[in-house]
Amino acid sequence: MTTNQTNTTSPWGEFCRRHPTIVVGALLLITISLAAILAPWIARDPILFEPINRLKGPSSEFWLGTDSLGRDVFARMVYGARISLMVGLSVAVITVLCGSVIGLLAGYFSLFDAVIMRLMDGIMAIPAILLAIALVALLGSSATVVIIAISIPEIPRVTRLVRAVVLSVRDLPFVEAARSNGTRVGKLLRRHILPSTVAPLIVQATYICASAILTEAGLSFLGAGTPPEIPTWGNMIAGNRLYLQIAPWTVFAPGICLALVVLAVNLLGDGLRDRLDPRISRGI
Amino acid sequence: MLSYIIRRLLGVIPVMLVVGIFVFSLLHLAPGDPAAIIAGDNATAENIARIRANLGLDRPLLEQFVTWGWATLHGDLGVSMFSGIPVTTLVEQRMGPTVSLTITTLIIAVSIAVTLGVLAAWKAGSLLDRAVMGLAVTGFSVPVFVVGYIMVYFVALKWRLLPVQGYKEMSQGLWPWLSHLIMPSFALGLAYVALIARITRASMLEVLAEDYIRTASAKGVSTVPMLLRHALKNAAVPIITVIGIGVALLISGVVITESVFNIPGIGRLVVDAIARRDYPIIQGTMIIFAGVYVLINLLIDVSYSFLDPRIRYS
Repeated sequence: MTTNQTNTTSPWGEFCRRHPTIVVGALLLITISLAAILAPWIARDPILFEPINRLKGPSSEFWLGTDSLGRDVFARMVYGARISLMVGLSVAVITVLCGSVIGLLAGYFSLFDAVIMRLMDGIMAIPAILLAIALVALLGSSATVVIIAISIPEIPRVTRLVRAVVLSVRDLPFVEAARSNGTRVGKLLRRHILPSTVAPLIVQATYICASAILTEAGLSFLGAGTPPEIPTWGNMIAGNRLYLQIAPWTVFAPGICLALVVLAVNLLGDGLRDRLDPRISRGI
Repeated sequence: MLSYIIRRLLGVIPVMLVVGIFVFSLLHLAPGDPAAIIAGDNATAENIARIRANLGLDRPLLEQFVTWGWATLHGDLGVSMFSGIPVTTLVEQRMGPTVSLTITTLIIAVSIAVTLGVLAAWKAGSLLDRAVMGLAVTGFSVPVFVVGYIMVYFVALKWRLLPVQGYKEMSQGLWPWLSHLIMPSFALGLAYVALIARITRASMLEVLAEDYIRTASAKGVSTVPMLLRHALKNAAVPIITVIGIGVALLISGVVITESVFNIPGIGRLVVDAIARRDYPIIQGTMIIFAGVYVLINLLIDVSYSFLDPRIRYS
């Protein structure tokens, strides 16, 4: 039966059938990324306000209507995608890089282990969003500060993951063999231990990306995100909430878009987890 | 057992020390003079000097930390820069709404999530199972403020079933109190439901495959007692662990939920404090939230031996 099926469908069709979540998640993400990249060509000016067009409903001119200052909601939404995707991606990359280095050190050198892990426990105990808003409030609001502020509370997740993998492979025969051949520690970690962490790290990176997008939106919503003149989904929702009753689209459009992007990233993560290693469980 | 509890209690010390150092050094991480940062853009020189003296910023860093840490250990979290009221008093005043919201969310979320997770595991592979898992992924993806405003729009503004926002004390009647908490609890609890439903399903699936479950159903134990008494009880440890870890999710969510529904709790206190750079409030509430998180996870760790006597601490 199975061989029959693989013979009749293309490899691509087979992949779609076996991993629908990866395909759906990736397609959604590609669409939204394209919209974000092509924003200047497909959307009007997101900052231009025309008081004459205040709170207009969706129309052929304003696809998703206008907000209380007469700004085009669709345009702001498309530009908002830029911030969300950039923050999500940057946080995932920074966290994975910092977290793996710290995790490798903690897992391999038992000398650092206790100190590093207590440090990580401490960071994990502080509510992520509070830590982030405090950092933004102190360091000033800019995209870089937001990215750093969101990365710090996410690092322990990666560190713990990498450390656990290192502990489980550290004494396996192939590592032992490399060590007794006189491989230096740096090369040992890079060439023999790091590869085992790749699969779980890819999966964890997608979850971190999703959670970073949510935290960024939360920060912007609370007014502690990027500078208010840059449109983000969070500050759109916060700015339009007073008009929820008369112009619900101004709140729902960015809200649904935000949920869709995070859903796409999460679906991708779940799909990759099933594809790469079904034993990996989702941390929070 | 007792030695385990003592060891775990001692383990809290380094974690809270790290939290303390982190929270304390936040202010000093900022470039420039912390006093000037707190004072804001249009501060006078006297104002900055007053803040510096008030926070003891003119003394050596280590001395500042020790003084601050010692006071914190004694329950003195300092005085609000803005209102001059002690932080502990402010937190006490704002605690009611936050505790109410957290407890109703916990009750609603855990009961829904465990039910859904058990049903999904029982009917694994069915349409119900897929629906629950779909809900779980969605629950992780929709932020509190988006669910919140969708509910406000339909339930409160359109159908007029529940109040739009605000908070009523329980002393003003049970229904007014509860009616102000239903929507916030659902909005806050969604991600939590997703998390717990997922782990409940996974843990139940593992237990349901055990021999003693087959024995139980073979000897004629009916479905409900089999699921609850035989399976759920044995699947409880991972579920409870995740309930504890998820408290972090709740605490972060509380801050946003209180802003969405205009609930005058600790979350609002912090957000307002951050806008005013009222540093003692920010430090104090971070310490309190972190302490609550650590304490809950400590209680959960200790409770394992009561849930599952097979667990031995060595």
